[in-house]
Amino acid sequence: MAYSDKVVDHYNNPRNVGSLDKSSTEVGTGMVGAPECGDVMKLQIKVNSATGIIEDAKFKTFGCGSAIASSSLATEWLKGKSVDEALQIKNTDIVNELSLPPVKIHCSVLAEDAIKAAIDDYKQKQAPVGSTPQAVAHS
Amino acid sequence: MANTKPIYFDNHATTQVDPRVLDAMMPYFTEHFGNAASRNHAYGWNAEDAVEKSRKQIGSLIGATSKEIVFTSGATESNNLALKGVAEMYAEKGNHIITAATEHKATLDTCKHLEKKGCRVTYLPLKGDGLVDLDMLRDAINDKTILISIMYANNEIGVVQPIAEIGRIAKEKGVLFHTDAVQACGKIPVNVAADGIDLLSLSAHKMYGPKGVGALYVRRKSPRVQLTAQMDGGGHERGMRSGTLNVPGIAGLGAACEIAQKEMPEESARLRRLRDKLRANLEANLEEVYINGSMEHRLPHNLNMSFAYVEGESLLMGINDIAVSSGSACTSATLEPSYVLKALGLGDDLAHTSIRFGLGRFNTEEEVDYVGNKMIEVVNKLRELSPLWEMFKEGIDLSKVQWTAH
Repeated sequence: MAYSDKVVDHYNNPRNVGSLDKSSTEVGTGMVGAPECGDVMKLQIKVNSATGIIEDAKFKTFGCGSAIASSSLATEWLKGKSVDEALQIKNTDIVNELSLPPVKIHCSVLAEDAIKAAIDDYKQKQAPVGSTPQAVAHS
Repeated sequence: MANTKPIYFDNHATTQVDPRVLDAMMPYFTEHFGNAASRNHAYGWNAEDAVEKSRKQIGSLIGATSKEIVFTSGATESNNLALKGVAEMYAEKGNHIITAATEHKATLDTCKHLEKKGCRVTYLPLKGDGLVDLDMLRDAINDKTILISIMYANNEIGVVQPIAEIGRIAKEKGVLFHTDAVQACGKIPVNVAADGIDLLSLSAHKMYGPKGVGALYVRRKSPRVQLTAQMDGGGHERGMRSGTLNVPGIAGLGAACEIAQKEMPEESARLRRLRDKLRANLEANLEEVYINGSMEHRLPHNLNMSFAYVEGESLLMGINDIAVSSGSACTSATLEPSYVLKALGLGDDLAHTSIRFGLGRFNTEEEVDYVGNKMIEVVNKLRELSPLWEMFKEGIDLSKVQWTAH
């Protein structure tokens, strides 16, 4: 299979590889995929709680070159965005930017899922203590 | 990117034509262009001589007589002819075929076809080392069994089956025995008499010959095997395979067999040493690497390894100056990981991380060293990128993690 130049570039020079402290309340961690499926992405964001801006993003990915490129690109795009802006990133944006072929679209879907999972995790950490039990009690 | 050709380590897929083979073929494209079936002139006689010489060369390699060699377009056709030809010819005797789960698709899909036509097929599971369980084979035989088809050596993991034992069991039970010997012929000693083989498929392009030509060995004595032809026409090849013979290809197949027979002891020892050196280099410098399939019962030029926590396609991308193949789903058209590795009981996670190295006649020791070192470099780089490697290093049991499979 021939890869686009952008995929090759992200594969050869992945941006923002690494891990953030997952116990920090400023850090949201998303881990999606499964080893049996041949793809696991871990994506982390560090949010400035005063401004709501994503100050740092890191990833680690087990998967094909397109999966690595999708998550690498996602971390680039996340930095400097607000959490709400980050939620606007769509898998199709990644497909277009990296010129992914149809068989690799699932890599972009996984990257979008990883962004959402990281933001969910961050938001849960930020939610006032006791808010979830109240909701449960209400139902 | 460097404008040099990748190092070729995919010799189970195909091999480079040996220049000596090409030399043997050339005259049959040019001055000796005759049809081997033309009986009335020198053009035909020359072509026929070349075909008969090739039959002898093939027969000599596998311990058969020339009259037992039927030329085909390759091993896929040979397997089709053997299985369908036997199933139709012996339909009155029975309709049961025994094969194994790790056979090539040319056998498995032919069996699937025969099932639709009313045959019953037993697909034997394999032991963890990739070998057929002989007791299980014996138990699978019943009074309707007409054929056992088990490959000599596997194309992915290089595991060599106990062919002589299978041949003995088949003989004892009065069942025909076919073997797809594509990967074994010309690489390790194959002898249809000693191994008790009734039908054998082989292909030229796996042993430094041209693509598009192969043969089926069909036993003539004790027992005399009969086949129903699968192609109607001029009745070539004693009625078993019609179609004008591919004379240049056949000359090439014969030459490839002769060279392989002559050079086998030296070549297999050399490739075994190189293969073992590659393995030792990888095992000494990388943790968490696993050999797939028996190392003891294995082709000398095959190595199939899983590099845990590193996905196969990304690995191939990192070693793009080396031509190998992977059992990873991402490299296959079906998006399923290798069914051969799964049949060994390997989890999908490890199957996704496997690489097949197939060494060949034209590989050098320098290449083996380069490939080993490059593999180590890329595996280490990708492990730095792998969340699974990080979790493994933290002591997390990955089998206990709740994955969000999609």
